[in-house]
Amino acid sequence: MQGLSIRGLTRTFPGQGSAGPTLALQPTDLDVAPGEFVSILGPSGCGKSTLLRIVAGLDRPTGGSVTLNGRQVTRPGPDRGMVFQSYTLFPWLTVEQNILFGLRERRVPLPQAREIAAAYIARTGLRGFEHHWPRQLSGGMQQRTALARALANDPEILLLDEPFGALDHQTRELMQELLLEVWGADTPAARKTVLFVTHDIDEAVFLASRVLVMSARPGRVKAEVPVPLPYPRDWTVKTAPEFGALKARLMGEIREEVRKAALA
Amino acid sequence: MEPLKPVTATTRLLLGIGFFILFLALWALVTEGGYVQPLFLASPGRALAAGWSLLTEYGFLHDIGMTIWRVLGGFLLAAAIAVPLGLMMGAYKGVEAFFEPFISFARYLPASAFIPLLILWAGVGEAQKLAVIFIGSVFQIVIMVTVIAGGTRMDLVEAAYTLGAGRSGILRRVIIPAAAPQVMEALRLVLGWAWTYVIVAELIGAQSGIGHMIMDSQRLLDTGQMIFGIVVIGLIGLVTDLLFKRLNRRLFRWAAL
Repeated sequence: MQGLSIRGLTRTFPGQGSAGPTLALQPTDLDVAPGEFVSILGPSGCGKSTLLRIVAGLDRPTGGSVTLNGRQVTRPGPDRGMVFQSYTLFPWLTVEQNILFGLRERRVPLPQAREIAAAYIARTGLRGFEHHWPRQLSGGMQQRTALARALANDPEILLLDEPFGALDHQTRELMQELLLEVWGADTPAARKTVLFVTHDIDEAVFLASRVLVMSARPGRVKAEVPVPLPYPRDWTVKTAPEFGALKARLMGEIREEVRKAALA
Repeated sequence: MEPLKPVTATTRLLLGIGFFILFLALWALVTEGGYVQPLFLASPGRALAAGWSLLTEYGFLHDIGMTIWRVLGGFLLAAAIAVPLGLMMGAYKGVEAFFEPFISFARYLPASAFIPLLILWAGVGEAQKLAVIFIGSVFQIVIMVTVIAGGTRMDLVEAAYTLGAGRSGILRRVIIPAAAPQVMEALRLVLGWAWTYVIVAELIGAQSGIGHMIMDSQRLLDTGQMIFGIVVIGLIGLVTDLLFKRLNRRLFRWAAL
C-alpha cells in the first residue's frame, strides 16, 4: 500500500506526580496518498505535533500503527524528512555542511553530495550563503536551510511541524510561497508527500490540497476539508472568494475547539 | 552610572589598569611610608629587585619551567581521561548512573590532603607532583563535561535522527561538536585551579618549582622574593588564560564566544 497510512493511533502521556495520565490523541485513522499536500490544523495542545512526531518516529504511540509505503514506522529515519518549529540547524556547521549532514550520514560520495546540496541551495534561494553559519542568518533563512537539509535526503514524506511559526508575518507568507514553489517544481507524479502541521488557517488553506481539523485535547480528526484550488498557487489566491469561503468554514470549526481548549 | 549599561572599550581598559595602579600605590604607601615593617611586607621596589636577583643569580627560570611542566603534565593527563569519560557519562545515562555518585564524592576530597599519602606512595619526585594536579583536576573536569554533554539540545539530536543519524552518529556528529566550546571553557577554568594545587604540592618535599622557592624564601624571611613568586604565578595564570581564550575563539568561530 503506497502512501502514509495511520490506523487507530493513540497516545497517552503518563501522569506526573499526583496528576493522572493525559490522553493526547484519541484513536486516529488517516490516509495520505503519494504526492498529496495535507495540512493538519488545530488549536495549540491538541496533539497535532504529537501525531507528527509519531510519524517521524520521534515519539512512540500507545496504540495503533503508522505505515509508510508498506513499511511500519518504529523509529526515525531519513525516509521521513522533518522541519521543526524551533531553529534546529547545527550551529557548528555552515549552511552547506548542514544540508550535507544527511547525505554524509548515508555515505553519499562527497562530490555527488555537494552537487545535490548545490541544487537545493539554488532551489531555496540560499545561493551566496553556503558558507555562512546559522547564527549569521535570519530566521527565514535558517528555515530555508532546514527545508533544504530535509529535502536533500530525498525523503518519501516531508513532515513540517509549524516550520514558519516563529517567523514574522511577512516572512511567513514569503516562506509559504517558497515552499509551494519548491514542492511544485517536481512534476505532479514526482511531488513529495507533505504533512504540514499549523494553527494558522490561512497557511493551512493556502498550502494544502486537504485540511484536517483536529479537536481540542484529546485530539482527533473532527473534520476534513478538501481545498479545490488548483496549483500552482501564489499569494493572489488568498484574495479569491473560494479561499474566503473555505476560511470561513474552517474558522467555524476551529473556534469551537479553541474555546474548549481555553476552558480545559 | 546606569545599571547594565555597557561602557566603551577605552573606559574599560583605563578602569582595569586604574585598579592595578591604585593597588600598587597603596602597597607602596604602606611599605615606603613605614607603616609596615619590611620583615613582614617588602615594598614593590624591593620585591622587583628580589625578583631580578632570583632570575639572574638563582636560576628562578628553571623553577618556573618546572612548575609549568607539572601543571601542564598533570592537567593534560587529567583531561585525557576526564573529557572522554565525561562525554560518555553525559551521553549515556547508564554510564552516568555508574560513575556519577562516586565522582561527586571524590571531587570533594581535597587534593592537598592527598599529599602525605602520595609522598608515601610515589616519593617526592615528579610523579607525586603530577598526581596532586591530576587528583585535583580529573573529577572536576568529569563532572563539568558530563553536565555540558548531558545538556545537548534535544531538538538538535532529534533533527539528526530524522536525517538518518544512528546512535554513534548522534554522539560523534551532534553531542561532541555541540559540547566542544563549553568543554574547552571548562578546561580553561580547571587549568586555573590546577595552578593552586601545584604550589601546594611544591610547598612540601620539592627541590624545585615556584612553590619551593617561596618556601625557601620564608626561611630567609625574604618577603620580596615571596611576593615576586606569587606575582609570577598570577602573571603566568593571566597569560595562559588569555591564550586559552584566544584559542577557543579561533576554534569555535561559529559559537561567537
